[in-house]
Amino acid sequence: MIKKLAISAVAATLAFSSGAFAAGGAGEVKNIDFSFEGPFGRFDQAQLQRGLQVYTEICSGCHGLQYVPLRTLGDSGGPQFSEDEVRAYAEQNFEVFDETLLDGEGDWRAATPNDHFPAVRSAGAPDLSLMAKARAGFSGPHGTGINQLLKGMGGPEYIYSMLTGYTGEEKEEAGSFLYYNKAFPGGWISMAPVLYGEDVEFADGSPNDISSIAKDVAAFLMWTAEPKLMDRKQAGFAGVALLTFLSILLYLTNKRLWAPIKARAKAAPAE
Amino acid sequence: MLVFCLALQIITGIVLVMHYTPHVDLAFASVEHIMRNVNGGHMLRYLHQNGASLFFVAVYIHIFRGLYYGSYKAPREITWIVGMLIYLLMMGTAFMGYVLPWGQMSFWGATVITGLFGAIPFIGDPIQTWLLGGPAVDNATLNRFFSLHYLLPFVIAALVAVHIWAFHTTGNNNPTGVEVRRTSKEEAERDTLPFWPYFVIKDLFALAVILAVFFAVVGFMPNYLGHPDNYIEANALATPAHIVPEWYFLPFYAILRAFTDDVWIVMLASWVTGGIIDAKFFGVLAMFGAIAIMALAPWLDTSMVRSGRYRPKFKIFFWIFIVNFVMLTWVGAMPAEGIYPMISLIGAMYWFAYFLVILPLLGIIEKPLPQPATIEDDFNAHYGKAHATDSAAGVAEPAE
Repeated sequence: MIKKLAISAVAATLAFSSGAFAAGGAGEVKNIDFSFEGPFGRFDQAQLQRGLQVYTEICSGCHGLQYVPLRTLGDSGGPQFSEDEVRAYAEQNFEVFDETLLDGEGDWRAATPNDHFPAVRSAGAPDLSLMAKARAGFSGPHGTGINQLLKGMGGPEYIYSMLTGYTGEEKEEAGSFLYYNKAFPGGWISMAPVLYGEDVEFADGSPNDISSIAKDVAAFLMWTAEPKLMDRKQAGFAGVALLTFLSILLYLTNKRLWAPIKARAKAAPAE
Repeated sequence: MLVFCLALQIITGIVLVMHYTPHVDLAFASVEHIMRNVNGGHMLRYLHQNGASLFFVAVYIHIFRGLYYGSYKAPREITWIVGMLIYLLMMGTAFMGYVLPWGQMSFWGATVITGLFGAIPFIGDPIQTWLLGGPAVDNATLNRFFSLHYLLPFVIAALVAVHIWAFHTTGNNNPTGVEVRRTSKEEAERDTLPFWPYFVIKDLFALAVILAVFFAVVGFMPNYLGHPDNYIEANALATPAHIVPEWYFLPFYAILRAFTDDVWIVMLASWVTGGIIDAKFFGVLAMFGAIAIMALAPWLDTSMVRSGRYRPKFKIFFWIFIVNFVMLTWVGAMPAEGIYPMISLIGAMYWFAYFLVILPLLGIIEKPLPQPATIEDDFNAHYGKAHATDSAAGVAEPAE
C-alpha cells in the first residue's frame, strides 16, 4: 500500500508540476530571499513599515491600493502600527470623497481607518493591491513549473526586478515615452524609472539605495496582496502536523487490523 | 475520498456564497472582501480553490485505476457510464466556478470556451448567444454561471448515489479482476472482507495522507496551481498574452488545439463536408470525442481478461497512455507555436488510437497470463507461504 501511495504521489506531483505554468515571465527576474518565503516565512514588520513609506512617498502619486482597508495597517501579521498611528497616517496622507457630507452633495474629507487606500490617480497606472500575486517571476524549465515550486511564484521578485531593471534607454512612440526595462515582458514599459537611490529617508536609518528600497516596497506589496499570509502558513503547518500524526496512527491501526487476515493467508496451504 | 472532496467543495462553497456578490462590478471586489475581511475567509477560499484541484487529481487517479483494472467491463458498464457523466458535470461545474471571481482568466476563459459552441456550423452562434445570455460574456453570463455552479454539485451528488448503487448490484471490482464466487455464502465470504472495518480504516489512512499534502499546498503555496492573471480584474478590452485553462482541462485543451488547418485529416474532413467542418469545429469535435470515446471503453475493449495485471502487452500501452496524458497536460499549457502543436497532435492521435485501435486489437492478439482461480487464492499467494519463499528467492513482489 505504501508503494501504491508513493506511486500516486509521484504521479500527482508530475501532474501538478506540468499543470502549473507561468505565462508572461519572459523578462529577466532575479531571485531574492524574502523573509516571508518558505513554510515558516514571516513578514518583517520593520520592512513592511519602510515599504509603506516608499509607497506613500513615491508610488501613491500614480498607483492606488483600492482593495486594502487602511485599518489593516494595524492588523497583526502586517506592518502592525498602533491604532493612533493608523489614524494619523490616514488623516495626513489621503482624502476621500464622502457622499453624505453637505446634505448629500458630497465633499472631500480626510481619510479615517475605516476607509480604503485610494484608487489609481493617474490614467494607465494599474492598481497595486494584488500586483504581487498578479505577476509571476519564474517559469520553466519548459513550462513545467518546477522553478516556481522551488523559488516561489516570484511576484515580489518581479516587482523588485522591474523597479531595478531600467537600463536608461527610452524612445518615443505615438506621442508617449517608453522606457526599456529588463524585467518587463517585451522590454518597453510606459512607466518612467522612479528610483534613483536615496529617494526616501527612513527614520531608523535603514539603507536607502535603489535595491533596498525596491525590496522594501516589494515586501510591502506582497503584504497588500496577501495580508493573511502568516495566518495561512500557521494553519497549514497545524494541518500538516496533525494529519501526519493521524496518518501514522491510522497506518498502525490498519496494520493491526489486517494482521489476522494475512496470518490466515499464511496458514492456508500454498499452491 | 471523492465523496469527501464533493462534501468539502459543497460546504466551503455554501459559506463562500454567503459573502459573494455575482455582479460584474462587484464580484472581484467581493472575493477580495472574502480574502481580507471575512473571518477565516482566505482559508475557505483557498480550500475551495485548491479543493477543485484535489477533486480532479482524485478523479483522474480513480478513472485510470478503472481503466487499468478493467472496472468498466461487463457487468459494470452502467457504473462506468454514470461515472463519465459525473466527470463531465465536474468539468462544467469547475469551469463555471472559475468564472465567478471575475478575474482576467475567468473572463477570457469563459469567452474561449463558450466560443467552442460558436464553432458548430449553422446553429453555433445562436447557441453561444443563448449560453452567454447576450452577444458577449457579461453580467448575464456571470449570473447564470453562478446559479448553475450552485446547482450542478447537487446533481453530481445525486449521480454519485446512482454510481454507488450501480456497483452495489454488481459488487466492487478488485485488482485481480476475478469475480467473487457466489455459489455459496461460505465461499463468497472467503473471497471478500466486510467494508467495515477493513476498508474504512484503509481508506481513512489514505485520506489522511492525501489531506496532509493538500494542507501543505493550501497553507504554503495556494496560488501555485492558479494563474496570476486571475488576480487582475476582468477587462473586456485587454486580452491576456496567453489564455490558459486550469490544469485539469489542459489535456483536452491540447487535443482541441492539436487539429489545425494543415493537418491532413482536418483537410480531408473539410473537403468531404464542403468546408462545413473547419479546423476549429474539428478541434471541438475531437475534444468532446476524446471524452466520449473513453465512455465507450466497455464496448471497445475486446479482451476477455478484466484486470490489466494479467495482460502483459496491455500494461505497456496503458502506461504509455498515462505518460501521454501527462504530456498532453504539459503541452496544453504551452503556447501553440514551435514544436508544441506537433506534440499535441501526436498525443491526441495516441489518445484516440488507444481506444479505437489498441483496445479492440489487443483483446484478439494478446496472450494473457494465467489468472488466479479465485480471489482467495491470489491473496494467499501474495501473503502466504508461497510468497514468502518467492521473496526469499529474490522474486519481485507482484505490483498491486
